[in-house]
Amino acid sequence: MSQIQPLFALQIKGLEKRFARPAVDGLDLSVRIGEFYALLGPNGAGKTTTLRMVSGLLKPDAGSISIFGIDALKDPIAAKRIMAWLSEEPMIYDKLTPLEYLEFIAGLWGVDAAEGEARARELIGWLGLEPHANERCEGFSKGMRQKVALAGALVHEPKLIILDEPLTGLDAAAARQVKTVLRERVHAGGTVIMTTHILEVAERMADRIGVIAEGKLIAEGTLDDLRRQAGQGESLEETFLTLVAQGAAAQ
Amino acid sequence: MSAPGTIAWFARHECRLSWREFMSFISAGRRRRVRGVVIGSTLFIAFMHLAAWPLLAPYAAIAGEPSKLTLVTVTGTALLSWSLMLSQAIESVTRVFYVRSDLDLILSSPVVARRLFAVRIGAMTLGIGIMGLALSAPVIDVLALIGGWRWLAAYGVVAAMAMAAVALAVPLTIALFRLIGPKRARFVSQIVAAVIGASFVIGLQVGAILSYGTLSRFAFLRSERMVALAPDVASPFWAPARAILGGTGALAAVLAFSLALLAASILCFAGRFGEYTIAASAVARNAAQQRRLTSFRPAAPHHVLRRKEWALLRRDPWLMSQTLMQLLYLLPPALLLWKSHGDATGIEGVLTPVLIMSAGQLAGALAWLAISGEDAPDLIATAPVTARQVLVAKIDSVLGATGIVFGPFVLAFALISPWAALISAIGIVVAAAASTEIQLAFRLQAKRSHFRRRHTSSRIATFAEAFSSIGWAATGAFIVLGSWVALLPLFQAVVVLVGVALYGPARKAAA
Repeated sequence: MSQIQPLFALQIKGLEKRFARPAVDGLDLSVRIGEFYALLGPNGAGKTTTLRMVSGLLKPDAGSISIFGIDALKDPIAAKRIMAWLSEEPMIYDKLTPLEYLEFIAGLWGVDAAEGEARARELIGWLGLEPHANERCEGFSKGMRQKVALAGALVHEPKLIILDEPLTGLDAAAARQVKTVLRERVHAGGTVIMTTHILEVAERMADRIGVIAEGKLIAEGTLDDLRRQAGQGESLEETFLTLVAQGAAAQ
Repeated sequence: MSAPGTIAWFARHECRLSWREFMSFISAGRRRRVRGVVIGSTLFIAFMHLAAWPLLAPYAAIAGEPSKLTLVTVTGTALLSWSLMLSQAIESVTRVFYVRSDLDLILSSPVVARRLFAVRIGAMTLGIGIMGLALSAPVIDVLALIGGWRWLAAYGVVAAMAMAAVALAVPLTIALFRLIGPKRARFVSQIVAAVIGASFVIGLQVGAILSYGTLSRFAFLRSERMVALAPDVASPFWAPARAILGGTGALAAVLAFSLALLAASILCFAGRFGEYTIAASAVARNAAQQRRLTSFRPAAPHHVLRRKEWALLRRDPWLMSQTLMQLLYLLPPALLLWKSHGDATGIEGVLTPVLIMSAGQLAGALAWLAISGEDAPDLIATAPVTARQVLVAKIDSVLGATGIVFGPFVLAFALISPWAALISAIGIVVAAAASTEIQLAFRLQAKRSHFRRRHTSSRIATFAEAFSSIGWAATGAFIVLGSWVALLPLFQAVVVLVGVALYGPARKAAA
């Protein structure tokens, strides 16, 4: 019997999370397979909370999360096996070298040692980390640390990569390398979901953009769709500000 | 109001920061806790005074011209405390060099940095002095209550000891810094501090073992040979001891000498602190080179987790110095084992508790780092492994490391007393597991690099760990000696564990 192929890389329905006030409030969101999806929103809109729930770092109060057809709340281990999470603050070990770090991650995700090593060396070369491959990460700059973390997110070849503000604090060269790697990933069939405050990045890279405010999705579509929805504005910045203002007025 | 950039201005700034740090340390962010801490501390101090009373009563009556034996004993006891103060001072000076905190801001400002460092050396002295005074208070107070107010002069000697310790620690650490460079100085100075802290006790114990076949340091200190080797009673060497015994002239001399020493240290070295902190900050940016990883090793996720924990524990400089300290304290028992030439009579009751106690303490330190310290919590939480697998790997690495340190001792012990070695082995496993359980109950997630000092850990956890280890050590000792009294410390250790399991914050959080 053949299995039904899922249509979406990520499907969220009625997701809710409340802290002192509702952070995510009945959110519905779908991201197609092979898509580069940018999630935008003002500070405190619920972007990071949403992605942390998707990654298994936070338990939702209500709703469902499906990753490539897998119920992430019922079978989190199976869901985690096919995705990677990369946050603004690189999650690396100061006392390990980049190669040791990648060996650790490959082992955690159960990647075959030889295969993992080949991928790790390729990623290290790709990200320009070769001269530092055997140095402990403790002396690395923010950009280098983020590159090591990105290599870690890619070494187990996840189907879905979730990035929370991955370009914050990176210099132009490092930011470009990260963007190139992500683009390559999408070309190869992977799905990328990214939050960012750099609207130009969303404008240039994303296939679709979702705008979230007060825990709700207030607009979604391609850049042209959003412009039409906002009814004015040439740049994404203007469109974004209009949509957020409209969303706030509606609520 | 003092003018900005002056010593008084910096002193005010440091006082404010220290006071706030102290308050957050005792309140842990909750104001209501302060009252509890004050009541608890008062009860603890009262208990310590009561406990000191019967021990010190025979010595309080010492009066008149002290004998050489008295001077040797008092000086030896004071040196013991001073070596610990010196150890702590070296650690504090090293911290000033390497912890950035507000230094970048101050060094980039147009103020004279020498003044700040002069104040910081003073603050270190104050901190170490207060700690010394607090620890010696039960002893001094009880002696004063029984033997008269003259004993209060000992407070002055403690203050002088703190000044002398910092005065010596500053040039010592700077010399180390210049000798081996900023790259290695941090690690080496931690080891030097650990060795100095332990050396005097160990030296006395080694002397006692070689001379009398016992671990009692007082047996050696009060021996005829030791007394004969000591300087004449008229020597100025005994000034601190005479001051402790109430000699006002000696006290004035000791205080003046220590103050002059500290002033000289500040004048000579405060100006150079700035350049050393800058050199130290450059080191932090140079990554340490590791052995080249030749190929990825195939392993299941739980093995991978354990391997990671081992690598991180091995590479933790603070832990290395703590482990070294534990190993140093094991030297005397090891020597005792070697000296006994296969005859274990009389030493089982000494070795068993020392091994169990050390294992409990080492496991506690390892568990604190491995269980609460996680540099990449999000990574682990998003990996396809269960929380249980992660925890088991951490516990495995703690118990494995403890086993590696204590295994050889137990094996050597087994050659002369298989029964005592078996009890020691069981005790080591139980004490290590109990310390790990305590750290599990009090765990809080933090980055390893944020664990500046051991006492970042919960104070209750530290005490629980100590009481648990003492309980298991005493249980082991009494079992080896064949006494039913073993049930009492066993009960104590079990009560500590049950209390921690029922009321530990991790359990409450889970509930």
